[in-house]
Formats: sequence, C-alpha cells, structure tokens
Amino acid sequence: MKEEIVIAGFGGQGVLSMGKILAYAGLMDNLEVSWMPSYGPEQRGGTANVTVILSDSRISSPVLDSYDTAVILNQQSLDKFESRVKPGGTLIYDPYGIHHAPTRTDIKVIPVEAMEATFEMKNAKTYNMILLGALLAARPVVSLDAVVRGLRKTLPERHHHLIPLNEEALRKGMALAK
Amino acid sequence: MEEVKLMKGNEAIAHAAIRYGCDGYFGYPITPQSEVLETLAELMPWETTGMVVLQAESEVAAINMVYGGAATGKAVMTSSSSPGISLKQEGISYLAASELPALILNCMRGGPGLGTIQPSQSDYFQATKGGGHGDYHLIVLAPATVQEMADFVALGFDLAFKYRTPSMILADGIVGQMMEKVVLPPQRPRRTEEEVRRQCPWAACGKGSRKHRNVVTSLELDSAKMEVNNLRFQETYRRIEENEVRFEEYYTDDCEYLMVAFGSMARICLKAIEEAREKGVRIGLIRPITLWPFPTKRIAELAAKTKGVLVVELNAGQMIEDVRLAISAPSPSVHHFGRMGGIVPNPGEIIEAFYSHYPEAKI
Amino acid sequence: MDFKDIIRPENKVYARPRLLTENITHYCPGCSHGVVHRIVAELLDEMGLEDRTIGIAPVGCAVFAYNYIDVDWIEAAHGRAPALATAASRLNPDCLVFTYQGDGDLAAIGTAETIHACNRGENIVIIFINNAIYGMTGGQMAPTTLLGMKTATTPYGRRVDLNGYPLAISPILASLDGTCYVTRQAVHTPGAVRKAKVAIRKAFTNALEKRGTSVVEIVSTCNSGWKLSPADSNKWMEKHMFEKYPLGDLKNV
Repeated sequence: MKEEIVIAGFGGQGVLSMGKILAYAGLMDNLEVSWMPSYGPEQRGGTANVTVILSDSRISSPVLDSYDTAVILNQQSLDKFESRVKPGGTLIYDPYGIHHAPTRTDIKVIPVEAMEATFEMKNAKTYNMILLGALLAARPVVSLDAVVRGLRKTLPERHHHLIPLNEEALRKGMALAK
Repeated sequence: MEEVKLMKGNEAIAHAAIRYGCDGYFGYPITPQSEVLETLAELMPWETTGMVVLQAESEVAAINMVYGGAATGKAVMTSSSSPGISLKQEGISYLAASELPALILNCMRGGPGLGTIQPSQSDYFQATKGGGHGDYHLIVLAPATVQEMADFVALGFDLAFKYRTPSMILADGIVGQMMEKVVLPPQRPRRTEEEVRRQCPWAACGKGSRKHRNVVTSLELDSAKMEVNNLRFQETYRRIEENEVRFEEYYTDDCEYLMVAFGSMARICLKAIEEAREKGVRIGLIRPITLWPFPTKRIAELAAKTKGVLVVELNAGQMIEDVRLAISAPSPSVHHFGRMGGIVPNPGEIIEAFYSHYPEAKI
Repeated sequence: MDFKDIIRPENKVYARPRLLTENITHYCPGCSHGVVHRIVAELLDEMGLEDRTIGIAPVGCAVFAYNYIDVDWIEAAHGRAPALATAASRLNPDCLVFTYQGDGDLAAIGTAETIHACNRGENIVIIFINNAIYGMTGGQMAPTTLLGMKTATTPYGRRVDLNGYPLAISPILASLDGTCYVTRQAVHTPGAVRKAKVAIRKAFTNALEKRGTSVVEIVSTCNSGWKLSPADSNKWMEKHMFEKYPLGDLKNV
C-alpha cells in the first residue's frame, strides 16, 4: 500500500495542519509517512500545499510529480493540481469559490460542500476536518480511530476538549463524500 | 521499546542535541531552520540537562560563542541557513585553525545573496572546500532523512571530537522542513567537568590542578611554525579521508548508468530510478553521506562499469566537479542536471534529463 | 657601589607578580598595556583566581596577552571577545571570565558583540584599553581618535566631515541595564595605577558574585602611534584625552 496525497488551498485554511493530522494518523497505524510542506510566506494568505505520503514500505522521494489523491480547497490549487492526479486517482474538492469545475473523466471527482457544512456546524474551524473526513471515506488508507488518536497526539492538552467536535466534523465529511 | 516520533528535520536536530548531552547551542533566527532554536527554547534543556541555549545578536556572534565554548572543551553547536552560514565563515575558519570540535548545521536555501527561502544545495562548494579563509576542511555530513538529521548530531560531534575539527551537517530546506518518523537516541548525561578535562586536556577552562596554562589560539606569526601547524591540519585531513568516507548505494549491482546525488535529491532520484527500472532501464544510485571526505574511490569503481553518469543537484553543478575528479580516463560521460533558486525538480523531470543525455538508454 | 649591592632581598620593595610570565613583552616602552597587565596579574594572584580564570585576548596590540599572564586564554577574532566570553562564562559558571580589548576591537568592529554582551548582563569583565589609535596595524584612526588627531589614515587630522566624531562608548554601555559597573581609569601616575587596580578588583568581584557586566576603561597612551615621547604622551593624554574621556565611575550599582 502506498498513497501519495496532495492537499492544497489558501494559507490559513488549515492545509498544513490537515496534512499533519493525516501524517500522525499514519504514524498511529504504523505506516511509513512523509509530510512535505510548501513553507515560508506562502503560509500567510498565499497558496499553501502539503504532500503527504503513507506507505507500508520505505518512502523514497517526498517530492512527487503526480498524486493518487488530491484534496483541493481553491481555484488556483485546482488549476495547478488537477492534471497531476494519476489516471484512476481521486480528486476531492470544495465547490465553494470554484468557478471552473474539474473536467477530467479518467479520475474520480468528489465534490464536498465543506464550507456549507461549516455553516451548519456554526464553526468555521471544522473546515479542514470535514475535508479530511471526506478523504477518509473516499480513500480509507487510515482509520478514523487513528485520526482521532493522531489528533490527541498533535493537539496541546488544553485543546483536547475540542476533539469530540473534530470527530463530529470528520464524520460529517465522511457522510458528505459517500 | 523505543518510541517512534513524527517531527521535522529541524526539530529532530534540537531533540538529538539535548539527548547527545550537548553543552550549548548558540543561534540566530533565519528561515528555513528557525525551528532548531524554537524547539530548544520550548524544551528548556537548561532545566533538565543543564544545556545552555542562547539567541545571539547575530550569526557572527553565535559562531564566536561556539568558538568560545568549544575552546573550553564543551560540546557546542550552532545552526543557520545559507546567508547566515556565510556570516559564520570567520568563526568556522578560527575553529578549524584552533583545532576545536564543534557542530554546525546549514539548512540550505537558494542563493546567492538573500536569495530565496526555498530548498537548495548551492552551498556545496562553500561547505566542502573550506568556506572561510585558509587551508582547511570541515567534515561534511549530508542527511537525506529526518532520522539522519537526528543521527548526524551524535556522529558530527563524535567525529569533531575524534579529530578535533569542526563538522557540518549540510542539509537542505526539504530535510529541515519535512516531517518523518524518527527514533531519537536515548538521553546521555552531559560530561562532568572532570570528564571534559580528561577528554580535552587542551581546553582553556581554567587551569584547575594543571601546572601550565592552556592557550587556544589560531595565531602564529612565525611562518616556520605556522607551516608546521598547517602540515598537522593536513595530516588530520588525510586520516579523515582514509577512515571516515561514508556513502549509500542503490541498484549498483547491475547498473548500466549511475546517478550521483546527495541529501533530499538522492531520494527524488531514487524514485525516478525505481520508476525507470520498472521499464527495464538499469540505473544505479550512489549517495555520498560524507561530502567531505568524498567517496572518490567508490565513485571511480562504479563509473568504470557504467556507460554514463548523471549528477543531480539543487545547484548549477558543484558536486559534479568532485565526481569528475574522481573518475579517471577512459571514463564514461558525466553530465549534470540541476534546478536553482529554490525550485525542486520532481522525479519525472530527473528521468527526462537523464534520457536527454542518454537517449540510447530509453526502452 | 656595584648594582649587586643594591639588588638584595632586604632592599626589595617590588617584584614581578607571580602570574606575570617571564616572556619579554612586545609592547613599546612607555605603553600603558604593561602596567594594566601587571595589575591584572597581581589581582588574579591576590584574589586566588589563577586556577579558575579564562582570559579572552583581542586582536590588536594585546593579541599576545596570553603570553604574559599565566592563566588559561582564548584568542578571539577581531571584536568577538565578548561573544567568546559569553559562552565561556555561561558554560563555565565557576570561572572568572574577562576580555581584554582595545578601542578598535571593542568600539568599532566589535561594537555589536560588546553592546549585546553588556545588555544581556553577562557575568564577565571587560577591560578596555582606549588609546585612540590602532597600534598594532601601524597607527590608523580608531573610533575613539580625537578630532584633529593625526593618524596613518587621517594624516591631516581627524575631520568630522570625513571621519565623524570620536566615539565615547563607555557612557553607552553604562546606560544598558545589564552593566553593573562602568568606570574610566588611567595608569599614568602611581595614584592612578592604585585607583585602576581598585576598579579592576571591584570588577572581578562583581563577576564572581554574578552581578552583571563590569567595564573598566583605561584611558591610555600610545606614544609610538602618537609619535610622542612617553612623558609627553602622558601630558598630551591629560590635556586632550581626559577632556573627551573624563575619568571616574560612570555607573556603580
């Protein structure tokens, strides 16, 4: 098993932390993991992306030309990464703010109304967890349980009371992707 | 059981330094390596091992703090990124000339000048050919994984103390910024004052019970004596070249072509090679782990049985000079592929570059 | 009367301090360095600090201080002595760490290291020899060179429009929260030597008691660089140097 994932959007949308939680989930499931961010000023408002690789064997390159799965949070990222999803791969995107929807037919395209869902949940900060939930449903490379354990590992203890809310968001995303 | 952790390469450096029993870290913020100082500040080792952690007023001050600390026999280190490493060259030259052990991390970014904060390997010349003024070398270790970032702290310090010469971990922004699994070494106690005095009888740490004074200096105005000093440094470098060459090979048993790459580029090459091998193109890879001393002999052996060599670097062609020096005639053709300014090529680009030089290899 | 009739133990009123080595110094006759070295060597012996002192030598005339005072020394790069001292002191808290620096080293190339070490309140002593000239490199202008003063790089005299003003750095250091003691002394008369010794003793005590940074500026002569006799240098210093760099404590807390 090897899953090569890119998550891309605006800085501030939780792109890097979503990747981090996914990577920690991989760690919980005893997988090999690599998390390679775009770093620097891009984190503040520009586009941000992170490559996460989960594998049951040694990971060579942390830098990739194509991906099994892309999670796309804005138009620029869709323009950049749609062509780089491997044939037969998966593209998850939030239609919110997308003017030109994906056109490829050789991949599985899954729109997830994550922004809408945050309105329902009345909490904008659940955004990236909803999308992560969608990813888990579409590509169950790690378990929901591993993600929650990963959250416990990455969140400082003072934020542990937020874990149930995040779990709810994850489940919501899973439902949206099905 | 050892605990597997997930962290950035820069964070691993900080954890490994504490666990090595490092006595002091002196740094100055610069992207993409600031996590080293930030992590140390968060871990507060002065409360546990007694390690000193100090944010200096400049890179120049930081390396000179390293010089002052190393001169007293302590295990001290600094970290920076390319422009900051240029500023540190004064102190590094003094460390080498005074035969002091110390550890320096360069988490390279694209230059020249202020350049970019994105990954690069364009400080290869600076690191392996000395860097500052005078005839000297650093032991240069090039990590490709977060695990190696952690492991090379101990290796770098051990070699530095063994040969009384500074070592450098020459990483790039990718290895510094990426997160991977890492197993940290067990916590070692810092050396006691007695142990420091025993290990470093040359240290200027107060005479104590010593009868004579110790003087740590790089100054010798008598040219005849200064040449003797230089000959001694060179003798040390020859011993290092004999004993400390380290490298890793992949698919070299049957390779018809060879790639040479270090650090994170070696990993990107490896993926390119594995994809090409699926199609039957037999490429091998050698990854120098020590960039100085350079695996000259092994590269010559491997090159002798291949049809062509591609050196892949995040620069305009630096290590290729050492590869060319290693390979004697009759030699296969040696080409370079690199990207600059913080652009990191992906595996596809590398294999395309390979085929452009060796179209006959394409199946 | 033969000299052997004079040099007899019962006539001894002064001897080489035990910690001043027998190496012949490279200092010019009449130079202030020799006197300050002697004071430092005497104090380290009197205060019982021989075994736990680390001196940091500068680049400049005092670069070979390590040949003359019999304690452990580290020779710094130009201007970096306070950075070395910072680490040496923090990593060896039981030691007395002092730097010995000239005006070019401390107040030009090493200004940043000096100010920040003082501002952090490192428990070190900075002995600052201010003779208003670069002695070792052959008498070039220093940051502390007075207006009108002729040097190798101001052959017609220092001019404000070309070279800026002489830098009085001790008041700046006295204004920093990290310093506990900043004083200006001289060693041109027996009385001044005694006062300078009291000042350096106080500075050493401050460092041992972890009270912060102490700076002892010694307003000095450079008769070779000034191109005056030692006696005339002292007179010139009293007349001109003391005007710009008046003696006394600038801070004592």
